[in-house]
Amino acid sequence: MAREREPRPYTFYLLAGLMGLFLLFLYGPMLVIYVLSFQGPNGGVTFPMVGVSTQWFANIIKPGQVANIPASFERSIVLAIVVSLLTVVISVAAGLGFRRRFPGAGLLFYIAIASLVMPSLLVGFGIGLGFQMLGLPQGLYTSTLGAQLTWTLPFGLLTMFAVVARFNRSYEEAARDLGASAWQRLRYITIPLLLPGIIGVAVGAFTLSYDEYARTTLTIGSYNTLPLELYALVSSDSTPTLFAIGTVTTAVSFVLIGLTMFAVIRMQRRRRMLPT
Amino acid sequence: MASDTAAEITNSAYRPARPRVRVGPWAISWLEVSPLAIILVVLFAAPTVLFFVISFFDYDRVGIYPAFLWDNYRELLTTPATWRIYVSSLRFAVIVWAITLFVGFNIAHFLVFHIRSSTTRMVLFMLCAVPFWTSAIIRTIAWIPFLGRNGAFNTMLIDLHIVHQPLEFLLFSDFAVVITYVHLYTLLMIGPIANSLSKIDKSLLEAARDAGASRWQIMRNIIIPLGRTGITLGSILVFTQVMGDYFVVKRMSGGQSASIVSALSTEIQAMQYPPASASAVVLVLFVAFLVAGMMRIVDVRKELVS
Repeated sequence: MAREREPRPYTFYLLAGLMGLFLLFLYGPMLVIYVLSFQGPNGGVTFPMVGVSTQWFANIIKPGQVANIPASFERSIVLAIVVSLLTVVISVAAGLGFRRRFPGAGLLFYIAIASLVMPSLLVGFGIGLGFQMLGLPQGLYTSTLGAQLTWTLPFGLLTMFAVVARFNRSYEEAARDLGASAWQRLRYITIPLLLPGIIGVAVGAFTLSYDEYARTTLTIGSYNTLPLELYALVSSDSTPTLFAIGTVTTAVSFVLIGLTMFAVIRMQRRRRMLPT
Repeated sequence: MASDTAAEITNSAYRPARPRVRVGPWAISWLEVSPLAIILVVLFAAPTVLFFVISFFDYDRVGIYPAFLWDNYRELLTTPATWRIYVSSLRFAVIVWAITLFVGFNIAHFLVFHIRSSTTRMVLFMLCAVPFWTSAIIRTIAWIPFLGRNGAFNTMLIDLHIVHQPLEFLLFSDFAVVITYVHLYTLLMIGPIANSLSKIDKSLLEAARDAGASRWQIMRNIIIPLGRTGITLGSILVFTQVMGDYFVVKRMSGGQSASIVSALSTEIQAMQYPPASASAVVLVLFVAFLVAGMMRIVDVRKELVS
């Protein structure tokens, strides 16, 4: 561990200051809503605090008149898991496919970029129109799923490009020379080496789907996802319930990230202990 | 697609095939990308073509009728409100782009080149990413109790005797809109840029330093050129998110202005599909030109795929 320590350049302190300010900016308003989510029963969505209570947290699980948070939360989670799994399988396959040159690669790449940058509501609008024209009923696992995939797949593809670019193909070639079949190469070499990136795609796609609003709103069937319910709440109800949801989300994120980091650090330590 | 196959086969015959592969290697690639291609064609390209076609249709209060009319476009482009909305959205996009680029680039640079321990880097990056997990809707309205008249920020300024009257321009103003966008989208800049910068070989920087390059020269001649893919990608993401915004302007500007998309959604709710389609086409073309312009500066595809 006796690494030579250069003195920090002055830019380090400037940038560290910027980083600190940015984190303050990022968490400042969030801290305000964490505090306000403990607002007393007679308090509103702004300061001052009128007493302290946990009633707004209790409100989350009570199906209300405007929004049914628990049911929509469940729908959003299940949909996000489905979107995430499909995105992983499809974009990993495509990421591997793009390693070779193939006819149509350029066109497909630009369609994917277009799908990513297309204003979200318009994608939903187009899909909604299509379903109407064909006389198909819209539903969570038909139109909504499709609309969300047009957003998560290009994201997954770009992530895979970043992952595949760092991937050393000589491992695969070595496995081939040692007589591994195509399936064995994929199962024992390619996928384990790409795993961190694949997890990144899965987590990213889950997040994008879970929070999707603009693509979902025009393609949803009879039952709303969580963001749509939240939006209905914002427009109609002015209680700190939304803030309580924000507090719970952040708490859960921190726990999940803490656990993931713990696992990653342990994995790195175990790898380091292996003889090289 | 099937009709293209024959032509593609003849094309590929001119490429030297690798000896051990029996099928043309592109055939395997096609198999691997086909699910992606099918989904994007059916769910993205086809619906886009559909509203392009419908933008020429005729309509009344009851339904829409196939036609080939330019009226929807003429009406849209001769309405002053359309131009006003585009100018204001573009102005927001440029301001937000400049701020997120500055902040995002510097933070990515800090994380990649200044933080020595990979654990610290991961922790800091995660701290930037955590708010992203909270719904954008909640993160938008989170600014209301912060910036409001009796909000946390005004209270703090008054307590510190910096101002005597609460500042009114903070909330429900262009200022609030810009702040919210920056809060929502800076991560979209940090991610791609950090990815690009982390690919830069550190020995290049050492070599430049040994050869006597100043910090600024290293930045201008090495880091920025090699990080351009991330910069372009981040810029495209931020720009298009702002141009396609649905509720930030609606919520935070205090109702004086609408965004392009929220104006469009009013037409959709009124079931006026042909004029809504026309404004959709105009917005798509506008965004496409912007993105194409940015991609001309940097060949993102070549840099990503190679």
